[in-house]
Amino acid sequence: MGIEQPKTLGSGFVVTSLDKLVNWSRASSMWPLTFGLACCAIEMMATGAARFDLDRMGILFRASPRQSDVLIIAGTVTKKMVPVIKVLYEQMPEPKYVIAMGACACSGGIFDTYSVVQGVDEEIPVDVYIPGCPPRPEGLLYGLMKLQEKIRAERNTFGAVIGIGEVIHHPA
Amino acid sequence: MSDQAIVEKLKAKFSSAVLDVVEHRGETTVTIEKERIVEVCTFMRDDLGYNFLCDLCGVDYLGKLTPRFMVVYNLYNITTKQRIRIKVPVAEENANVDTVSTVWGTANWHERECWDLMGISFNGHPDLRRILMPADWEGHPLRKDYPLQGPDREPYQGRLS
Repeated sequence: MGIEQPKTLGSGFVVTSLDKLVNWSRASSMWPLTFGLACCAIEMMATGAARFDLDRMGILFRASPRQSDVLIIAGTVTKKMVPVIKVLYEQMPEPKYVIAMGACACSGGIFDTYSVVQGVDEEIPVDVYIPGCPPRPEGLLYGLMKLQEKIRAERNTFGAVIGIGEVIHHPA
Repeated sequence: MSDQAIVEKLKAKFSSAVLDVVEHRGETTVTIEKERIVEVCTFMRDDLGYNFLCDLCGVDYLGKLTPRFMVVYNLYNITTKQRIRIKVPVAEENANVDTVSTVWGTANWHERECWDLMGISFNGHPDLRRILMPADWEGHPLRKDYPLQGPDREPYQGRLS
């Protein structure tokens, strides 16, 4: 005796929660904005290229903030650049996430001067901080995976979109 | 024509305006009075062939020299490949120089930069506004007495303070 093996799987069904389904799709297609400010952008490009290959994680750089989910602040943020970053951030549709890549974006780094913002979190909310000057591609990958973890941990993600309650970011 | 001959020509025409001539490692620097700068620059361009203004910059000699500022003009003669440097002392209380953007068009943006960062203004400049700092910035950050971390922050006193 044995269980008959089905010939196809198309008529089967999967049981999961709505949260998990939505989070799975969001975490598997984090599209960052093509936006670099300094030398960290070079490492970001290296991470996107063949050797580290961000595409395999569903991370594709988009050329428009309207199509982006993640804003990677890759480099030194000068005070003159702040209005630009704010406009780009506001143009991104929800849900949107911000990664502060490198020492400069996290804290101003070595540029403790009048013209440099001492951490981009003074201007826009940041989800993941990646240390390094610049971080190696592995560092950026690790930060992106941390962001995926954070997205997967969110609750009520679908409900918040259709107007039922808020997203719960840190479920107990 | 050697640099020496050029300096002699300058001296012959503007004898009272030439304050100092220094030759160091083959580079000639002529200091002149700031009131005559446009005349001198026009002469350098038309009669001595310095048809290119490489750079124009300001120097702050706070606590080292009076008058406090110096505006430096680096000239280049494209035909003979010769360089010469002209300097103009500028006092702090009256920090302005006549514009040379009428002599070399490129001076327009250089003078804007010099005003933006050093606070030396240029009389007769067609469009003297900030070029590097944000338009609403206050102060001139490359002055030696400008606080490095900006006027709205406690200055860094060292790790142990």
